[in-house]
Amino acid sequence: MPSRPPGSSPPASRLSPPDPAKRTRVVGRPWEKVDAGAKVTGQTRFADDLVLPRMLHCKLLRSRRAHAILRRVDVSRAAALPGVVAVATGSDLPIPFGILPVSQDEHALCFDRVRFVGDPIAAVAALDEDTANEALRAIEVDYEDLPSIASIEQAVETPEPRIHEYGDRDNFHKLVSMEFGDVDEGFARAEKIYDDLFFYEGSTHLPLEQHAALADFGPDGKLTLWSSTQTPHYVHRALAKVLQMPASRIRVIATPNGGGFGGKSDPFNHEIVVAHLSRVTGRPVKICLTREEVFYCHRGRHPILMRARTGVRRDGSITAMHFQTALDGGAYGSYGVASTYYSGALQTVTYPVPAYRFDGARVFTNKPPCGPKRGHGTPQPRFALEVQLDRIACDLGLDPAAMRLSNLQPPSSITANFLRIGSMGLGACIEKVVEASGWRERRGQLPPGRGLGLACSSYICGAGLPIYWNAMPQSGVQLKLDRSGGVTVFCGSTDIGQGSDSILAYIVAEVLGIDPFDIRVITADTDLTPVDLGSYSSRVTLMTGNAAVQAAERAREMLVAAAGEKLQIPGVRIGLAEGRVFDVEEPEKGLSFSDAVIAAESKFGTIGTVGSYTPPPSSGRYRGAGVGPSPAYSYSAAVVEVEVDPATGIYTVPKVWIAHDVGKCINPVLVVGQVEGSVYMGLGEAMMEEMAYRADVNGNVMHKAPSMLEYKSPTTLEMPEIVTLLVEDPDPNGPFGAKEVGQGPLLPIPPAVANAVYDAVGVRVDEIPVTPEKILRALKAMAAGQPGRVGPTKFPAIPYPDPVRIPTPAEGGDGRARDLAATGAGGVRKS
Amino acid sequence: MLRLPKFRYLVPHTVSDAVAMRADAGADAVFVAGGTDLYPNMKRRQQTPATVITLARLEKLRAVEISGDGMTIGAGAVLSDLENDPRIREFWPGLAHAIAEISTPLLRNMGTIGGNLLLDTRCNYYDQNFEWRQAIDFCMKRDGEICWVAPGSPRCLAVQSADSVPVLIALGARVRLLSPAGPRELPLEDLYRNDGIHYVTKAPEELLTAVWLPPPDGWRAAYRKLRRRGSFDFPVLSIGAAIRQRGAVVEDARLVLGGVASAPLRLTSAEEVLEGRPLDEAAIDAAAEAAARPSRPMDNTDFSFLWRKEMTKRYVAAALRDIAATPTVRAGGPESVRPL
Amino acid sequence: MGSPPDFLKASVTFLVNGERVEVSFAPYKTLLEVLREDLQLTGTKHGCELGECGACAVLVDGRPVLSCLVLGAECQGRSVGTIEGMATADGLHPLQKAFAELGAAQCGYCTPGFLLTAQALLEANPSPTFRQVQEALAGNICRCTGYIKIFEAVELAAARMRGEEAVPRRETLYGTDFDESGLLPVLGSGRG
Repeated sequence: MPSRPPGSSPPASRLSPPDPAKRTRVVGRPWEKVDAGAKVTGQTRFADDLVLPRMLHCKLLRSRRAHAILRRVDVSRAAALPGVVAVATGSDLPIPFGILPVSQDEHALCFDRVRFVGDPIAAVAALDEDTANEALRAIEVDYEDLPSIASIEQAVETPEPRIHEYGDRDNFHKLVSMEFGDVDEGFARAEKIYDDLFFYEGSTHLPLEQHAALADFGPDGKLTLWSSTQTPHYVHRALAKVLQMPASRIRVIATPNGGGFGGKSDPFNHEIVVAHLSRVTGRPVKICLTREEVFYCHRGRHPILMRARTGVRRDGSITAMHFQTALDGGAYGSYGVASTYYSGALQTVTYPVPAYRFDGARVFTNKPPCGPKRGHGTPQPRFALEVQLDRIACDLGLDPAAMRLSNLQPPSSITANFLRIGSMGLGACIEKVVEASGWRERRGQLPPGRGLGLACSSYICGAGLPIYWNAMPQSGVQLKLDRSGGVTVFCGSTDIGQGSDSILAYIVAEVLGIDPFDIRVITADTDLTPVDLGSYSSRVTLMTGNAAVQAAERAREMLVAAAGEKLQIPGVRIGLAEGRVFDVEEPEKGLSFSDAVIAAESKFGTIGTVGSYTPPPSSGRYRGAGVGPSPAYSYSAAVVEVEVDPATGIYTVPKVWIAHDVGKCINPVLVVGQVEGSVYMGLGEAMMEEMAYRADVNGNVMHKAPSMLEYKSPTTLEMPEIVTLLVEDPDPNGPFGAKEVGQGPLLPIPPAVANAVYDAVGVRVDEIPVTPEKILRALKAMAAGQPGRVGPTKFPAIPYPDPVRIPTPAEGGDGRARDLAATGAGGVRKS
Repeated sequence: MLRLPKFRYLVPHTVSDAVAMRADAGADAVFVAGGTDLYPNMKRRQQTPATVITLARLEKLRAVEISGDGMTIGAGAVLSDLENDPRIREFWPGLAHAIAEISTPLLRNMGTIGGNLLLDTRCNYYDQNFEWRQAIDFCMKRDGEICWVAPGSPRCLAVQSADSVPVLIALGARVRLLSPAGPRELPLEDLYRNDGIHYVTKAPEELLTAVWLPPPDGWRAAYRKLRRRGSFDFPVLSIGAAIRQRGAVVEDARLVLGGVASAPLRLTSAEEVLEGRPLDEAAIDAAAEAAARPSRPMDNTDFSFLWRKEMTKRYVAAALRDIAATPTVRAGGPESVRPL
Repeated sequence: MGSPPDFLKASVTFLVNGERVEVSFAPYKTLLEVLREDLQLTGTKHGCELGECGACAVLVDGRPVLSCLVLGAECQGRSVGTIEGMATADGLHPLQKAFAELGAAQCGYCTPGFLLTAQALLEANPSPTFRQVQEALAGNICRCTGYIKIFEAVELAAARMRGEEAVPRRETLYGTDFDESGLLPVLGSGRG
């Protein structure tokens, strides 16, 4: 196989003419990752591995109350302890921050109010961790308890006291309603209408690496922060804001993340606190969170209660959908406004929904804040949609796979909510999993207790709009070529294990015809690398990849021009491959790559090129249109097999077939790895993982068991056999046609599990996780002549606003809302 | 990084030194063997002994001796050694299986049989960091007044969660304790007390030195464990069963539930159901029904306690079916094999 | 709690990756802390410090154990193997090579614990069944890979360590049913 350890000599040259239209030499091959050597030898330096001279250790005192006013925080005893160098409280850092400009609702340390058990109140920097911990216990805090809110229902029913003063009303952080097309007319055209409730429990990322950060405020007045963050650029902005320092004097370096999954995408309290303490003490300050604290950082999957009302024709085609969500946001905004929109935005990209109404609500509760976890806001509505479609197919007597196949959103189309679909390989995905799993022959023919379930999904390849409004590129790449023949790629992207550093090397190597292992990749350093917004929303391969292609093509042009001159042939005849720049008509005639760089440097001076990427403008112009548009959409289909013991409800998943339309593999072995990892995380959510809370007798809402033992991450023994099938349907917007693979393949797994359980034992568990207890309860209900179903039975009365009516493309809409004046600050209507 | 509290660390090299050191060190001292139960508890400040006396250097405590009189397992024997011991696998396969169900392979490379027998009772109000417990104002097992599982309860309801215990009791194990006053021996069953705090009858200064098992003598045992995942998780319901038959008829039966009370729970009425009749499906079902009645799990572990109770009969039946499907240990008994 | 009496430092001599090391530290420090903080061997990771994740696994006298639950002081005279000692002058251990080739290390944080656990497995059992591989690794949590690439890498390394000419399965590298027509023939053999 074509992988080599870093540093080994390149393979023997075997030149053949390149055909840039189709054939690739580097892209598409299962190379090792460029950092594989470091990872398998333990040499990768994660944030907590860093040690600086004179370094202090920081610990945070966290709230023990779920919702309280801070009457007094007395740090005097702590500050006086030998070995304690500095103590900080909320008043030291009064400026609020938050990932989204519309929810700047966090403080580095709470100063007037705490909003969940785990909210940080004070910080200590000491000579060692033991002393810092001892100091925390010497801090006195007087709390005045406020009523706390533990659930969506409770939040809806509790307008006062408000957890935050801002937000759409009461304890609703966000309330949205949009109507695309004439939904009433769509329901009128329906031959059957299905109205179902679903619930998807919250879960967390559980990266194996606990968050850590090291700050060093130097004598030059400049601050450097190393942090296990997926978004150094946003941390950079938050630091500048809260510390009131010029951003130009702050350098953020994202260390390789020991797992992210979205959990390290917010700027965090601890990052700001260590920066502050370093500035105060003039010494480096490090913090590494405990596992319990990682549960309090959270920003994981929102628990969402959902109501799906869907009208269909007898062939299963959808005539209208009214989808309502209620998100349990936890105590802060985080990405929650985006999550709210995402809980409705992507229902339209798999099967045509000609008329679509979406009502979304996010409530505040006194729990760790929810945010983006792999699939951000979309696995929950996808679960609802795919389970409901399964029910519809069964009810209409249609094969669930065939019904979906006959109702696919066409490629190069635009949805009712103005999402522009490019390549669309869902049909191929369904056909592949149906074929591989023996769906047609085996479904319904398996022994009792065994069943097959199918579900599909789609995900964005980066968001069309940046998190804060600006007209700059979302991703930038710089290339430096020097006379040694060395090529260095600089990019702000962060490798969280998905291989984004390697993608840069492969792409540049492909364009320049060199060995990817000869390239040095420097990433995620706000001083050295051009901005990339971060490793979230599955944007990195597409956006950094396009920027890298542009930078590399610009370098290639210079090499071609210089080499053409030297070889005295026209540029069109020049090829770059295998470390040579040569005449494609006489391949023996050419220059080594380094000689070509020397020629170029002689001709043009120092060689540096840049590339950048800005997504195409989105078609929607309505409020909320920023969430959903993407340069491309990936597609997945999965078939899950389950074996259920009807006596206990206990079930296993022996096998999963999953097909993913990735557009084009930059590196197939990494693509397969992302698919398998997504299946794993999807199964964890589907079967056992849960962010569970309980309230004590005083109403103090607590995480039930913030530990790796009680948060049930599946082990090696739970993993099924996985058959991964890749579909390549290159997308015109992707680099070499590539689309995302990091998140999308998680999405079909939870609904496929629930659908398989139905196929196996005939009961519906309309709730994630699908636990043995729930299956058994549903089986008993069915045996007692009641509906064989477990799931929510009520949807709270949420004061969604009157919908903003947006005419669809089919109605001749231009992407704007109709009659803005009438729908702007609309009244309130109970649904 | 979660760190251990400060303590004095003592390394005795003989068993008698260990006992003497413990007596000298006073009330605030503990023995440690594998450390897999004690050290996490200490990191969470559930236990903060001033002195820790390691048994790691006491080779004598690791010995496994097998003869016609049965097997004596030193309390310091490492779990993975026991699960892989060909003699145990041959003559006490139910025990080998139960040990292999403990936590993870890594942990079984450290944990000892003595440590498993003395495993602290567990509760999801108690097995939490200091700060978490502080937020609920602690519980009666450590630093607090009340039992959060059942605030009216006069006693702690933490759960007996050791995988090896039900099978060992079912197989008739006895344990040996040593104190400055001398050795004593008692049935393993009598080591336990249905109290989450005072869950063993062993005095703090007594050292558990060995567990003894009678020869298999026709007994066949099985272990079934309910937990969420295939590893890591403690049992939230477990059943150790041992049966001796004469011909087809069950002569003796011992059934012991774990994970549902603060002590292992002997299922005497279910045993009586089995005795004197063939181990067929009817007998298994009847015994399983009888077993379910005394199973009263509380809401302080993983899974809902009602479902755990309901699972009792399924798990008891499964363990009995395992036994029905197991051949008896071949005639001759362990004296016919050469000790390793 | 009263302040405990004296905490004389533990002075320990042991073999770390075959090298004799003498080090003094507080007696209540775990092996994990001693390795990372006193010996700067930060390749050993930590994810919970309670024995619930497997990230800190090291070999003590050849056995994989959780360094977060072993006292440094308990290692007097013992031999400790960490990830830093796995590669030799001859290059990467076959397990390391296979993990690198198959992308079995995604974020790489659980990787040292998996590699050392797998190394002990293959030393004890050169031809484990698939089930035995799963069982041996059941004390290590990985959140990235779904374990599949890890299982495949262990099997690949095991085959090579047995002297077989093993190459990765096609499905491992490309998934099932992958269209390679857009690719040029494979260049070079890399590791051979």
